[in-house]
Amino acid sequence: MADKRMSEDDVVARLRSGMTIGIGGWGSRRKPMSLVRAIVRSELRDLTVVSYGGPDVGLLCAAGKVRKLVFAFVSLDSIPLEPHFRKARQSGQVTTEEYDEGQFLLGLQAAAWRVPFLPTRVGLGSDVFRLDPSLRTVTSPYPGPDGGPGEELVAMPALELDAALVHYNRADERGNAAYLGPDPYFDDLMLEAAATGGRFLSAERIVPTAELAADGCRHSLKVSRLMVDGVVEARNGAHPTSCVPDYERDEAFQKEYAGSARTDEAWAEFSAAWLELPDEATYQRKVAAR
Amino acid sequence: MSVESFARADVCAVAIAETFRGDGEILANPIGTIPMVGGRLARATFEPDLMMTDGEAALIANDEAFEWPDGKVLEAWNPYRRMFDIVWSGRRHVIMSPTQIDRYGNMNFAAIGGDLAQPKVQLLGLRGAPGNTICHPTSYWVGNHNAKTFVEQVDVVCGIGYDRAAALGPVASRFHEIRRVVTNLCVIDFDTADHRMRLRSVHPGVAVGEVVEATGFELVVPDEVPVSRLPTDEELRLLYEVIDPTNLRGKEVPD
Repeated sequence: MADKRMSEDDVVARLRSGMTIGIGGWGSRRKPMSLVRAIVRSELRDLTVVSYGGPDVGLLCAAGKVRKLVFAFVSLDSIPLEPHFRKARQSGQVTTEEYDEGQFLLGLQAAAWRVPFLPTRVGLGSDVFRLDPSLRTVTSPYPGPDGGPGEELVAMPALELDAALVHYNRADERGNAAYLGPDPYFDDLMLEAAATGGRFLSAERIVPTAELAADGCRHSLKVSRLMVDGVVEARNGAHPTSCVPDYERDEAFQKEYAGSARTDEAWAEFSAAWLELPDEATYQRKVAAR
Repeated sequence: MSVESFARADVCAVAIAETFRGDGEILANPIGTIPMVGGRLARATFEPDLMMTDGEAALIANDEAFEWPDGKVLEAWNPYRRMFDIVWSGRRHVIMSPTQIDRYGNMNFAAIGGDLAQPKVQLLGLRGAPGNTICHPTSYWVGNHNAKTFVEQVDVVCGIGYDRAAALGPVASRFHEIRRVVTNLCVIDFDTADHRMRLRSVHPGVAVGEVVEATGFELVVPDEVPVSRLPTDEELRLLYEVIDPTNLRGKEVPD
């Protein structure tokens, strides 16, 4: 029976520079931040990051880890515009592929189902085609609504991932996991869109399988071990993003993080205090002592 | 409460509510302070079958727009994935807030200036605008009507306007509808032959010339421009006592 438990640094050791990495959560909610911090501490670079973006995207951009960003938005929720992401965009530091939020879902779904694209109306007429010149349309082989020629739709390409990182509330050591908040977001799709061997899930608590549904119900068991290669126990691992019902967003910390985008000095100070640390345990001790 | 005591923000909320008139049993999804107040007002009065979100992952029956001291009355679980199902089904009317919008309703809130690889000002990104506008009715809310928002040409087309939908034909136009643009000054619709913006009404105390001045392109202005509908006594009671008792709407649009 496979015990998939590992540390954040074990996960990073399985990643390579240049990889395409999907990051779960949504905005500043249930982000696998302990894994993101481990990437920031590592030598990894030139990553393509695929995310419904929040501080994961901002941190990785500010730390110079991102070559390309695939996104529909990047937001800190209570702070609508992510300042580090804006800085990266406005300096031309990262290349981008920008989609509608729903197109993004279809891209992950296509990858998960191992088809090259999924058809959709979404994107027609918009600047999605200017933002991603490689985007193509596909003509339906079936008659149109009026019996005429088939409709020409957007062929949303599969967003295939080399690796996926997500954070859940509970997991067992084999990779089954439960979310306890109001929304599963797209974490399960992220895992299914990623190559076998690159699917990593951190969780607030690793519990015996029999206790997985103890704090929720059977519908909270959204991720199964078929979808996971490595499990990391990461208490407060989504900090500073929210991970309800375990904890809310740390708004004060997030404000400090956002403020660090103002000057190079402010960023250097933030980075020294919160990122250039030996490990996640040190970070969590410092957070607890705030 | 007498009708004389209404504020500009109340008129805006009523104008937002009016955009949902006739929508029936769909998801009314107004985003932003005054839009959320207006949507709740429509449901509490003439569109009782609308469904509305709590801003998170639920559809709730409460009339209160922002706080639910007695708890939420859940009608349905609506995580983001379900939201896309609703968007693509067409059973939704969204209200978004543009950073730029042109005469045909092309809308931008993604980025301003520079070029696509390096915008001068990065904003939200495309979010759900391409999908919303091509799948179901959309209205817009502009809290500060000015010529930097109402422009000849938007820098990035996030939400598509009538000219672009028409150019693509039925595949794009069959579910496309930009119904209204409600601002702090007026109500605009697209009831012209080629779906250009037309001044539908001005809020009490606003001159037509003021709107024209604050619009960065030529707005179609009928000979007679009515005044926007005033709130009824019952609407004012709902606004002040139930939907938005702390008057967040007044902070967005002061008198």
